[in-house]
Amino acid sequence: MTEIFGKPLPVIMGQLLIGLINGSFYALLSLGLAVIFGLLNIINFTHGAQYMMGAFAAYFLLNKLGLNYWWALVLAPLAVGATGVVIERLMLSRLYKLDHLYGLLLTFGIALVIQGAFRHEFGSAGLPYSIPALLEGGQNLGFMFLPNYRAWVIFASLVVCLGTWFVIERTKLGAYLRAATENPAMVQAFGINVPRMITLTYGFGVALAGLAGVMAAPIYQVNPLMGADTIIVVFAVVVIGGMGSIMGAVVTGFGLGVIEGLTKVFYPEASNTVIFVIMAIVLMIRPQGLFGSR
Amino acid sequence: MAQDQYAPHQSRDDAAEARYHRRAFLVMMALFLVAPYVVYPVFVMKALCFALFACAFNLLLGFGGLLSFGHAMFMGMAGYVSAHAAKVWGLPTELAILAGMAAATGLGFLAGLLAIRRQGIYFAMITLALAQMVFFFSLQAPFTGGEDGIQAVPRGRILGLIELSSPLAMYYTVLAIFTAGFLLIYRIIHSPFGQVLKAIRENEPRAISLGYRTDHYKLAAFVLSAGLAGLAGATKAIVFQLASLTDVHWTMSGEVVLMTLLGGMGTIFGPVVGAFAIITMENYLAELGSWFTITQGAIFVVCVLAFRRGIMGEFEAWLRRRRVR
Repeated sequence: MTEIFGKPLPVIMGQLLIGLINGSFYALLSLGLAVIFGLLNIINFTHGAQYMMGAFAAYFLLNKLGLNYWWALVLAPLAVGATGVVIERLMLSRLYKLDHLYGLLLTFGIALVIQGAFRHEFGSAGLPYSIPALLEGGQNLGFMFLPNYRAWVIFASLVVCLGTWFVIERTKLGAYLRAATENPAMVQAFGINVPRMITLTYGFGVALAGLAGVMAAPIYQVNPLMGADTIIVVFAVVVIGGMGSIMGAVVTGFGLGVIEGLTKVFYPEASNTVIFVIMAIVLMIRPQGLFGSR
Repeated sequence: MAQDQYAPHQSRDDAAEARYHRRAFLVMMALFLVAPYVVYPVFVMKALCFALFACAFNLLLGFGGLLSFGHAMFMGMAGYVSAHAAKVWGLPTELAILAGMAAATGLGFLAGLLAIRRQGIYFAMITLALAQMVFFFSLQAPFTGGEDGIQAVPRGRILGLIELSSPLAMYYTVLAIFTAGFLLIYRIIHSPFGQVLKAIRENEPRAISLGYRTDHYKLAAFVLSAGLAGLAGATKAIVFQLASLTDVHWTMSGEVVLMTLLGGMGTIFGPVVGAFAIITMENYLAELGSWFTITQGAIFVVCVLAFRRGIMGEFEAWLRRRRVR
């Protein structure tokens, strides 16, 4: 059997795959955080809870309405994004003139309420969500077995990330968005409804979290606390990448997922902490983050 | 500008404030001295430990303007070290507590060095991530006992004289520790160092242009806050004879933010009031499990949206309005 540094190749490939899967979610979640931060200047602590809501939405669509995974892929992000719009209009919009830390505290409070309510309703045990029929099974690549669903998650996540990058960096809508990030008052003076743009941006960032939740549902179980610890890792990813660029968030997300996976092979004791250690090192060498500008 | 207008009254205001602090302190001490005869002492001890924790946190947030979302790491790690020192090394109680405090101070120095490299929101995210790292370390390290924690920690005797197994002896020891920590924090806030810290909170670039090395001040504030949070955690471990993962988890970091916010950040007595309010609430809602989480979240939302000055902040604003009239 082929070995690399004394570890069998299939083991390495297996963990690499898990790393890419985790990286897909890190990328999607940090992308949403970066989009929201760019325009609203707040860190959305509710992001983990909204990711969880996406998974639950998929579960309900399947079990209450009989709508399958593909419907959930469209409807769940819309539903979660809609709750985001409500949160922004009712609460976040009152805080823009204050210190940005209040936004962090508010979204943390909202996350506690949402996670507490779901745990009250559904307990801490996970609910199962099966892989859609179309993506069952897998491919034998010779050196490893690649489940179809996992390949799909990596592919879909890449498409969504690149699509978001394209919209923000290459379209007119994205140009408005970037302009509003630089100088909202000026953009408003040009006749663009900036408050509405802020609302929709928050809704979009939240919808990305919801989408990640739907894709996560068949891999991890649907669990009220599934986002609580993930979001802390994603914060570290964001600190490492710096929130300056969309591409930075995507590259850092995938890269750190892979590093985490490889750590599981070579030094499993550190697999939970490796991202935080990398964060510490990056802070010492390049405090603004790998892709950050400030 | 508004400040200049009142400048001539400044000294009179300071005197009034000092008088208010003195009176409030006496009232607080009187309440704490009789509390164990009225309320269940273990409950008050728990609240006192959290009150000291929140005061230490408030030193950093309320006066330094730095929001740490990872303060549980100092409380939890100090708890582990003091529990280990008392149980395994057999150190006397006061040395075990000091060992825990020293560990938190050291950890605070390391975490502070990293965290002060970024500001605002990033500072909060970095401290949260570092605390999560400490949490996983505590989960895996052999000396912490993993999921079980360190149980059956001996309370021992304080200064080799007084047996701490009696609730009252333990209570007044905790009260003495709390009071010492509280007065130290008061002293720090009203020292020239504290004034510089407030200047940094208000306008860091201006403080830099005045020649202050703001990074040194921020790091010093972070280390002091970590050490005092450690004192609270170490004491708590001795009181409850237990050091567990609960105290290093991020929910604990969130709880201390909530106590400070509810009580009034940047006030002297706010964190104490906030800690007692939250611990009382926890006492009644603990059996309901997730309802406690929901209530906590709701209080966060209400405080941020409509009650940013907190209980003592509102009270002090009311006092000031009355004085002006």
